[in-house]
Amino acid sequence: MFEHAPVFKRLAVALATLSIASVAHAANPIKVGIAEDLSGPFSASGADMRDGFQLAIDLLGNKLGGYPAEFLQTDMAGNPDQAKQLVDRWVQRDKIDLFTGPTGSNVALAVGPALFAAKVPYLTSNAGPSQYAGAQCNPYFFGATYQNDTAHEAGGKFASTKGFKKTVLIAPNYPAGKDALTGFKRRYTGTVSDEIYTKLGQLDYSAELAQLRSAKPDSLYFFLPGSMGINFIKQFVAAGLSKDITLISSPFSADEDIIPAVGDPMLGMFNAALWAHDLDNAANKTFVSEFRKKYKRYPSIYAAQAYDVIMAMDGAVRDVKGNVADRPALLKALKAANYKSVRGNFKYGNNQFPIQDFYIRVIGKDAQGVITNKMVGKVLENYQDSYHDACKLK
Amino acid sequence: MDSIFVIEQMLNGLGYGFMLFMLAAGLTLVFGIMDTMNLAHGSLFMAGGYVAATVHTQSGSFIAAVLAAIAVTMLVALILEILLVRRLYARDHLAQVMATFGVILISDDLVKYLWGPSPLMAPTPLGLTEPVQILEGLPYPSYRLVILGAGLAIALGLYVLVNHTRVGMLVRAGASNRSMAELMGVRVRGIFTWVFLLGAALAALAGALMGPISAVEIGMGESILIPALVVIVIGGIGSIRGVFIASMLVGLVDISGRAFLPPMLRAVLPPSIAADLGPAITGIAIYALMAGVLAFKPAGLFPARA
Repeated sequence: MFEHAPVFKRLAVALATLSIASVAHAANPIKVGIAEDLSGPFSASGADMRDGFQLAIDLLGNKLGGYPAEFLQTDMAGNPDQAKQLVDRWVQRDKIDLFTGPTGSNVALAVGPALFAAKVPYLTSNAGPSQYAGAQCNPYFFGATYQNDTAHEAGGKFASTKGFKKTVLIAPNYPAGKDALTGFKRRYTGTVSDEIYTKLGQLDYSAELAQLRSAKPDSLYFFLPGSMGINFIKQFVAAGLSKDITLISSPFSADEDIIPAVGDPMLGMFNAALWAHDLDNAANKTFVSEFRKKYKRYPSIYAAQAYDVIMAMDGAVRDVKGNVADRPALLKALKAANYKSVRGNFKYGNNQFPIQDFYIRVIGKDAQGVITNKMVGKVLENYQDSYHDACKLK
Repeated sequence: MDSIFVIEQMLNGLGYGFMLFMLAAGLTLVFGIMDTMNLAHGSLFMAGGYVAATVHTQSGSFIAAVLAAIAVTMLVALILEILLVRRLYARDHLAQVMATFGVILISDDLVKYLWGPSPLMAPTPLGLTEPVQILEGLPYPSYRLVILGAGLAIALGLYVLVNHTRVGMLVRAGASNRSMAELMGVRVRGIFTWVFLLGAALAALAGALMGPISAVEIGMGESILIPALVVIVIGGIGSIRGVFIASMLVGLVDISGRAFLPPMLRAVLPPSIAADLGPAITGIAIYALMAGVLAFKPAGLFPARA
């Protein structure tokens, strides 16, 4: 009996330490987990997203709402399994209070359940899978950027108004690729002559380009983010298809992460986007000028979204006066979105996905001859996704 | 499906076949002569890709980039051969696979350390970005024609080297029966070092040429290593002729799966199901080809050891 005493003593000490630790936790900095795509299929956009996060973090002085914060940033290579492990570690060991980061919808769908179960609000910095907008919507998921379909509905609307008659669609075979083509078709009135799905991360498009040549469409809508888009556009031009077929895209294959790698072949390409660097509002002007000062280049939509997510967290933490442990209050503050978005006009619908405007941009040269996007008009106003009715949230 | 479409896809398939050939030629000679399985061959391919992309971006000269890639990769291969591969000849295949797999992991991390985790974007050489009209109604990317030409030249060169030179004769002797060749006074080990370096040079060339139409990224070696292994098994270990025929076969089977199958599947199935099914069938097709060949020719098409 007495031999066990030291064991009990040790146990008591351990318990005491633990309880002290949990008391101390309340005074700890607010922890934000940021899962980054520095390698893998989304690495081109991932680097820009990292810079967007970093700019916001620096401008806020490593604080959220004026309270000290810690930002855990790790590369998960666009790999759902790797991301899942990372999130489990952050939830269990680091006890994160907020989460953001993954580019891919496949990753968003893989990490969501663990975060929702642990009551960690997840503000997406890119992926907006239709699943989370409809029946599987969750009070802990904030589609802070866009619902996948909507970004492409804008493209479909634009292609229709431009009078294109016969379009081929191409996207990678993963959740966002399916959302993309569904979205485009929802608003496109011409004929879709073919729908081509490729492997996620595919880099050689010779087989698809030959199919395109024999299909002879007047336009091609492609959703190939990151290095997939870079290779596709280069190969499309090298195959001599650009003379007869007009490329239309989302910003995910027509932004600053791709333009420097492709160059001149992208001039004149139209893309429909929820944001443009020349959008006229104060928050955006600050963002674009600070970004250009720090990184000496134009920000992409990915950088803008990443920056915006940190700013949204900042606004919500300020509203709850740093008490992020009060999750119902935090959720309410996040949903109120009391911050100045770089998009200007923006609010959440019932399913916690945005109701926002979409613009048409065209790639051209700025006053200094730098190839970049230029906003030419608005294509959709106060636009909401098509899944919000299926969501039970009020 | 018109003839232009078929011709274009055939050219694409042959292009992929030539890439596999360059990679598999070195692999099959190393395996054939020294009975040594070198999985790190894929890492040499990756090294070629990274060096070429870096030199090309810095200097602007693609030719300099290719030459630098070959030189650096051969140096790396020489170090690898002296430090590790040389000690593995006498060991069994499991030890060889484990050791060279370790090299893959180390080199992936080394590349991550040197170049960072993001893929490099290898630029297409200037003057080769525009298509060339090769047939009425078929402009073909000029860069891919260069790859086809380079592949053909390498294949012819290897054919002459292996079948019509003294060195080639010694290589063939070593591949067909190493101990007999050694008894006859052939210094098989010395030849082998050269063969290993030649294989590395070809892998580097393939990596450098692949860069502009693919991405230069960590793991690029592993993804092409597996079809290359399929090629050497189909061709018959140690045979250059076998590797050539097998890589063309695999290239054509692969492109048929990627190009002809999806339109047919889309005609009868919804696009997203067709998209899941197509690559699955293509993925199986080359292994089915391998199984079919092995069923009739258990040692491959043209085994070096009769």
